[in-house]
Amino acid sequence: MKRVALYAAALAFTVFAGFPFYWMLITSFKQNRDLYVGASDSSHIPWIFNDPPTLDHVKLLLGQTDFPRWVLNTLVVVVAVVVITVAVAVPAGYSLARLVGRWGERMGMGIFFTYLIPPTLLFVPFSRLISLLGLQDSLGALILIYPTMTIPFCTWLVMGFLRSVPWEIEEQAMIDGYSRLAVILKVAPRLIVPGILTVVVFSFTLVLQEFVYALTFISSVNKMTVSLGVPIALVRGDVYHWGALMAAALFTSIPLAIIYNAFIDRFIQGFTMGAVKG
Amino acid sequence: MDLSTRDGEFLVLLGSSGSGKTTLLRMIAGLEQPTSGEIHIGDQRVDRDVPPRARGIAMVFQSYALYPHRTVFQNIAFPLEASRTPRKQIEEKVRWAAEMFSISRYLDRYPRQLSGGERQRVALCRALVRDPKVFLLDEPLANLDAKLRNTARDDLKRFQRQIQTTTVYVTHDQVEAMGLGDRIVVMERGKVRQVGTPQEVYEDPVDTFVATFVGQPPMNLLDTGDPSLPPRTLTGFRPEHFLPQSVFGSGEDLRTFRFAVRRVEYLGSDRYVYGSVAGSGTPDATIIAKLPATIVLAIPEGETHEFAVPRRALRYFDPETGLRR
Amino acid sequence: MTALLPPRRTLADREDVLGAMLLGPALAYVILLVGVPFAFAIALGFSNATAGSLSFGWAGFHNYGAILGDPIFLRALRNSVVVTVGSQVLVVILATAAAQVFRATFRGKRFARFVLLLPWAVPVSLAAIAWTWIFDSTFSVINWTLKAAGLLHGWLYWLGDPALALFAIIIVQAWRIFPFATVIVLAGLSSIPQEIVEASIVDGAGFWRRLFRVELPLLLPVVAVAVLFGVVYTATDLGVVYILTGGGPANTTHVLPTLAFQRGILGADLGQGAAIAVFLLPFLIVVAIGMLRLAHRTEVGGAR
Repeated sequence: MKRVALYAAALAFTVFAGFPFYWMLITSFKQNRDLYVGASDSSHIPWIFNDPPTLDHVKLLLGQTDFPRWVLNTLVVVVAVVVITVAVAVPAGYSLARLVGRWGERMGMGIFFTYLIPPTLLFVPFSRLISLLGLQDSLGALILIYPTMTIPFCTWLVMGFLRSVPWEIEEQAMIDGYSRLAVILKVAPRLIVPGILTVVVFSFTLVLQEFVYALTFISSVNKMTVSLGVPIALVRGDVYHWGALMAAALFTSIPLAIIYNAFIDRFIQGFTMGAVKG
Repeated sequence: MDLSTRDGEFLVLLGSSGSGKTTLLRMIAGLEQPTSGEIHIGDQRVDRDVPPRARGIAMVFQSYALYPHRTVFQNIAFPLEASRTPRKQIEEKVRWAAEMFSISRYLDRYPRQLSGGERQRVALCRALVRDPKVFLLDEPLANLDAKLRNTARDDLKRFQRQIQTTTVYVTHDQVEAMGLGDRIVVMERGKVRQVGTPQEVYEDPVDTFVATFVGQPPMNLLDTGDPSLPPRTLTGFRPEHFLPQSVFGSGEDLRTFRFAVRRVEYLGSDRYVYGSVAGSGTPDATIIAKLPATIVLAIPEGETHEFAVPRRALRYFDPETGLRR
Repeated sequence: MTALLPPRRTLADREDVLGAMLLGPALAYVILLVGVPFAFAIALGFSNATAGSLSFGWAGFHNYGAILGDPIFLRALRNSVVVTVGSQVLVVILATAAAQVFRATFRGKRFARFVLLLPWAVPVSLAAIAWTWIFDSTFSVINWTLKAAGLLHGWLYWLGDPALALFAIIIVQAWRIFPFATVIVLAGLSSIPQEIVEASIVDGAGFWRRLFRVELPLLLPVVAVAVLFGVVYTATDLGVVYILTGGGPANTTHVLPTLAFQRGILGADLGQGAAIAVFLLPFLIVVAIGMLRLAHRTEVGGAR
């Protein structure tokens, strides 16, 4: 009896979480005449394929919209931001964990708190800053601003990660004759590669998901990122091409979901700051 | 295994890690299920569908497992609340148990404010209030520092004598086992090796495992090459019986050995002498002699001395099975 | 490899200098691109700056006076609170329930977990556009399903009716955040020492008593973390509302972020935009204090 209740509950949660994605999936491949049937028509079941599936929407998305361009833009921004984040946050995290002692913990917390300052507060002064720098309507604006979101959290991630790596290995290296700098360059990277990987993944997902800054700084359709272009610009006149829209949403979501699944435990460790033994 | 306890006795399950002693305890508690066999508590068969709370047992875990978010009073009261005892009765019972373990003044504190020894007593109180038929204790002294352990051991034994509830106690420390147990169950790798009083287990070990596990330092075992014995028989004798020949009075029936002394450790109350015995089938085996401080005879290192063991203290073991002859 | 090294400490040994050098870029980024803009954001609230020019003139409390007398702003403020509180209450209920389900083992659990994480993993804007399609007045699958189940007799104009639209927003926020909260609670559940749970079993506590008297109290810090993050993500979110309703119909479903965007960026009135956004600070300060309290608790050895 308890088993049945368990499965029922699991099913309920799964359906609740997943039905929009199922809907995305079939909308992407449904023919228009199967798709645009008023929901008040009870004889037509929207949840299944009443007509055979079609690739028309996908073709439209890839061939007649700026979607491929947006993907390219997003990739450019992602790579740049990941590089900046790793280069800045990893040494910072290492420094706070190993080198700066007691007030390192406080500073680490302070840096973490800046993660809580939302884009929807900062976008007003940023718009002025971006105009000042002449970066309006360019990917450069995003490349400059996104690290303000990734660096705080990733520094904290690296700090937390290093706390769980024993420092005896580094001390041993120092006794064996390496200077502190040499230890950092030689020994530390190998120890924290998993941490660096988490930083890369987190930055990647954050760039892909970001909407507010993209909306604020980018206005030309051909400069948009996927997260911005899909909901805003996949519109012809007043008409939403839902099939193509859902296809785009689907293609972006799946890889992200796979990545998230693989790294979820690490992220949670960062989020809970040791309130939970991850 | 076929094991039964006597009413009101203090039974110790002794073994190293992996011996199955904790598993056995948890099976009695109902936290794990046996793959075959039966478990009876009192006249009730419990192994199949009887949950832990219905078995009339109380358990003290190695980490004490106190509820960190509840005060000492609330910790002790928890099992009574679970059995829906009236409020007033709970109050009385908790205070009575706290009195018994002298922790009444801690009732309003939280576990994190107590020392290890105090927490252990709270755990015992919590077990006590359930009026169980059996107490199950999983290495409760392991987390205390050495000095505390002796007094805690004494307190535990007196307490058990007082309430006379059957107690099953798990430990890997054979000194603890010998000191506490009315009977000891020596376990190894899931099997019971011997069940007996501390004296029986110490003086009449049933095989080489028990002989070497119980007793510190362990029993010496060697192949003496004695022609009157079956070939390769292991002869065993405890270090405290292995003394310089000159110490024994005349008229004692002795077995003598030529003992090549390698090293002597002075430990205050005893001297441990490490060496080897010539002419044995196992010439490399280290033999240990334990001399009390009352024997002041000098034992220089590097020399060979005449040592002896009273024949009545010798034990013989089969070399293949390890069993006692 | 035992050559004697010179006893002098070189720069490469000076840990304090190295520490500062490694930390420098991050600190610079944070101070220059977060700290300064943050201060600037507050200053802008007191200015009459516009996006068109680079001007900056002091306007005192003019902006604040204007918005506090503006019914649209007051409504947005109210909406922000309603949406945040409403969605987080839902999230807590859903997450603790889901955590109980997902701590058990059952067939297909890996797939279920994957699906469960989807709402959190997908970009906000894409999820929002999907829900817009789901709530569409003419084609809504939800309406169809409710009607087919016999639960709906009229018609639900989800995004066209102010109250319904706000409700829709709450649902979407809860939907996208509860997976994250579930995972956090799950991690918390597994960090409760096994022996404490077993002790409560031996002590005679049944499932419900164990849940409410032992597990949930011990989970409180973890649930608090999840709620705090949820509050930040919901209160400061612009995407869901912007895409679902754009603040409409007729400015009835604005929340602080969307109104700040409309007035400050689209309307180019930076001063007013900033002033509106400043009202997000109370939410954040409460969260920051909450986090600090939690961190302090675990340092002092709180519940362990």
